[in-house]
Amino acid sequence: MPPGEPLFRPDWVVDNLDVIGQRLGEHVGMTATAVIVGFLISFALALLIRRRRTLTTAVIGTAGILYAIPSLALFAFLIPFTGISFVTAEIALVSYTLLILVRNILLGLDSVPAEVLEAADGMGYTARQRLWRVELPIALPIVVAGLRIATVTTVGLVSVTALIGQGGLGYLIVVVGINGFFPTATYVGALLSVALAVAADALLLGAQSRLTPWSRARSATT
Amino acid sequence: MTLIDEVAAWLSDPAHWTGPDGMLPRLLEHLELSGFCMALAIVIALPIGLWIGHTGRGAALAIRAANIGQALPTLGVIGIVWPLTANIEPYGFDLIPSVVALTALAIPPIVTNTFAGLRQVDPEAIEAGRGMGMRELQLLRLVEVPLALPSILAGLRISAVQVVATATLAAVLGAGGLGRLIIDGIAQQDDAQLFVGALLVAVLAIATELGFAALQRVAASPGLRARPARESAADA
Repeated sequence: MPPGEPLFRPDWVVDNLDVIGQRLGEHVGMTATAVIVGFLISFALALLIRRRRTLTTAVIGTAGILYAIPSLALFAFLIPFTGISFVTAEIALVSYTLLILVRNILLGLDSVPAEVLEAADGMGYTARQRLWRVELPIALPIVVAGLRIATVTTVGLVSVTALIGQGGLGYLIVVVGINGFFPTATYVGALLSVALAVAADALLLGAQSRLTPWSRARSATT
Repeated sequence: MTLIDEVAAWLSDPAHWTGPDGMLPRLLEHLELSGFCMALAIVIALPIGLWIGHTGRGAALAIRAANIGQALPTLGVIGIVWPLTANIEPYGFDLIPSVVALTALAIPPIVTNTFAGLRQVDPEAIEAGRGMGMRELQLLRLVEVPLALPSILAGLRISAVQVVATATLAAVLGAGGLGRLIIDGIAQQDDAQLFVGALLVAVLAIATELGFAALQRVAASPGLRARPARESAADA
């Protein structure tokens, strides 16, 4: 670090609000893309597993292996094929969400009591109506719990993509801060990424309680 | 040239094996850093886990702290520590931030699994130990720890795999380790080097996982092992 460089320069933050905002926006965009794509893939995989239970080990096992590969190594494996790009970053980020999301979607759907399913069948619901109107609403809290873990993990991992030329707030931490010997940028990036993780978690929890008003009513009466 | 040819050509250069920037010194650096951080984490986390598991005091606080610790992004921790220690000679810039971040990463699973392991011990076994006149430390050493050992070792395994995998990031600050091969590979647009680096990290993480799983089997108290397995082994 250059001698005399203070740990924090408030004036830099004020002068560079646009740059900071842009990186924050990138970070949100990369996280949202990974979680949404990861959720769509996981949802399809979970429905597939429910149709053929024999696939459970194969799907969960593969997702488990992907999850165990260190993030920087997974990026490195992909670079020879997809280059130093947004796509490389997103493929890796999406793969890390699969294990958590598939497992929680399955857990959620399996948590629906058999009597409820029977009641729905007795009311003449088709399989599709039963899934969307009965099973998913009941599974929602467990599914959202998975989404929360996946989102918080992804917010942390997006920073690492700074090492392959992406990174959102990770760009401030690594490129501007560490490589540029400029602590202020590192602190801004690190603190904002923690704040973003906390905010995303609270947002999802809020969305869940909005989508499942009955669970709020129940906790209010008891 | 395909990737396989590039990797083969890269591997055929002896300097890439034992040279100062070769795989072997990088692997040793990686193991040294991971081993040091694990040792530090064990020294800190094991007594905490044993204490809250044995007494049941402070459990809620410790578990909550562990959960928060697990959510901290490693790169963020490295970034926050680095400016504070950068001017400490000789390791302040390149090593201390990574050691802090990796140790912080390793502590929570050890605390929570040690605690959970001790809590699972059958209260009757502890009662029996007390009845035999054991003092608290004897109880811990002779009854609780042996019975909780599988869970304690599971905690060590989770920590060790995470530390070995994440030690890759230490290279961001110019420390060595296998992450160096990946980061240099990216900087030099040398696909072979970064591919080999990634492969070594992945293999090392898997080897750590398997090694600790084997340790868990060997270290489990004979009384905890499945009886039929032991009998069939004796038959063979």
